[in-house]
Amino acid sequence: MALATTADIAGPKRWSRRVLVGSGLIGLLAAAVLVGLCAGQFPVSPSRSLAIIGVAILDPLAAPSLMEERIVLLVRLPRLLLAMFAGAGLAVCGGALQSVFRNPLVSPQILGISPGAAFGGALAILLGISGLPLLGLSFACGLGALVVVGWIARINGRTEPVTVLLAGLVVGALFTALVSLIQFVADPNGSLPAIVYWLMGSLAGATWERVWLAAPGMLIGTLVLLALRFRLNVLALGENEARSLGARPERERWLVFGLVAVVVASSVAVSGVIGWVGLVIPHISRLLVGHDQRLALPVSALLGATFMVVADTLARTATTAEIPLGILTAIVGAPIFALLLRRHYGERGV
Amino acid sequence: MTVALHGAGVHLGGRWIFRNLNFTVAPGRSLAILGPNGRGKTTALHALLGFQSLAEGRRDAPERVGYVPQLLASHAPYALRDVVVMGRCARIGLFGQPKSEDYRAADAAMERIGIADLATKPFDRLSGGERQMGLLARALATGAKLLVLDEPGSALDLKNQGRLLRLLHELRRSRTMTIVFTTHDPNHALFAADEALLLLADAPAVLGSVETALSESQLSRLYDVPMHHLRLPDGVGGAVPVIVPHHHGPGEQRS
Repeated sequence: MALATTADIAGPKRWSRRVLVGSGLIGLLAAAVLVGLCAGQFPVSPSRSLAIIGVAILDPLAAPSLMEERIVLLVRLPRLLLAMFAGAGLAVCGGALQSVFRNPLVSPQILGISPGAAFGGALAILLGISGLPLLGLSFACGLGALVVVGWIARINGRTEPVTVLLAGLVVGALFTALVSLIQFVADPNGSLPAIVYWLMGSLAGATWERVWLAAPGMLIGTLVLLALRFRLNVLALGENEARSLGARPERERWLVFGLVAVVVASSVAVSGVIGWVGLVIPHISRLLVGHDQRLALPVSALLGATFMVVADTLARTATTAEIPLGILTAIVGAPIFALLLRRHYGERGV
Repeated sequence: MTVALHGAGVHLGGRWIFRNLNFTVAPGRSLAILGPNGRGKTTALHALLGFQSLAEGRRDAPERVGYVPQLLASHAPYALRDVVVMGRCARIGLFGQPKSEDYRAADAAMERIGIADLATKPFDRLSGGERQMGLLARALATGAKLLVLDEPGSALDLKNQGRLLRLLHELRRSRTMTIVFTTHDPNHALFAADEALLLLADAPAVLGSVETALSESQLSRLYDVPMHHLRLPDGVGGAVPVIVPHHHGPGEQRS
């Protein structure tokens, strides 16, 4: 909170601080990506991995032939890109939702989008569908869950944020039950392990094909949410104040929900459910730079990308068998969040 | 541009908060809405602003309004200058960011209210009076022709009430904005308004100039307490009117 004050000082000081925070975070992300490119069961030296990427950029049509070229370009690079996009996207979604709901405990898991998308993906695996149709079904069910939430929450022509939250809880619980039902009927020797592993959240299946499938939704959703950052500040003032200032809170909330659905459903479709990023990262970002979303939201994007890259690199290198990413983010995220909670309420003197 | 409610009624939770409420404020005039707690002052204001949908009647208000909410309603964890610049939200647009001209407008509004020195302070760490001035500056930064304030003095100490009332009085005298505010203190209406609307319990609301509407008999009915007009010397040979309640019954004076 103390930092928030200094971050808001106008003039050159404000800019130099922004540049400092921004370049520091970009440096951190670059370092994490470099480690992610090099580390693994088949280590590649940093200069070699950069050279491989450089050559590939200069001559994108050349097919990678050497073992280390294939590992860097076909295995690690798409995986890192998906980790970055998903991490940045989920963190920005969490930050945006926390503004819209004026509640710091809200995350992209609410609104029923994640459970909906998980149901779609599980159903696809049960039916033996993979690739683009799996992604499409997962995406459609995620968006469908949001539509149902919107329909439930619309009472007398108005939707209050709190009814959206509760409707999201209800729809989420319903889809979670449906996922359990699918697991119950799934073949224990075939589709069941695949469903369970996918639900735990993992980027192990990352390929360039998946990057092309999921990246557009994640990138566009994230960038539009980032463009809304000043309006998010206004919406965080509450319905009446925002309205009097010229915002249209109800319509703009649904725009945010729709963008969140696109990002979350895209990320669930390629990586399963990865929790906690959207809850914890916006908090850390606010601790660093304050509540103003014009600064906090871009910082969330950078931090989220870095966190996900680091977590995924750990997930695949810490043990010989890969730990599912969703489990790792929860193990790291939950204690961080507990600390933040204590700090937050300790500061307020409650 | 006129500001008005025509035959307005609000129905909430199975009962009418008010029905057939009528008032019109001419451009550049100031209206005070008076009533005891729970009589629907804030609801009437929200009905005028369109925050509260009308069950009957219609409202007449511009799209853009400088609105100052009740003090305790606002907790913005941003610097004061960033709160004031939000007044420019409608011009900035959905995907826009405030530019230097928006900050110039915000600075001018803070200058006008006399809080420019607080610009970089976090809003939620300001005192109640400073926050109220900040919200007033934000309302001015909108450039709206209508200023609406909900209980502007209620959470302030006497010094800050005086400061706020003088600002409202000056804004009224400049006749550049139409002003509507709610208050439970008839002295605020007397000082800063041209017209007063009294929301009575079981009779149609009374609308008139402050001199006629705020009569002793009407105010006594409004608050269910005997109210008296007094005149206090203003220090330069004249007298200023004040309104005080008279809580004691005959012969009940403290001795």
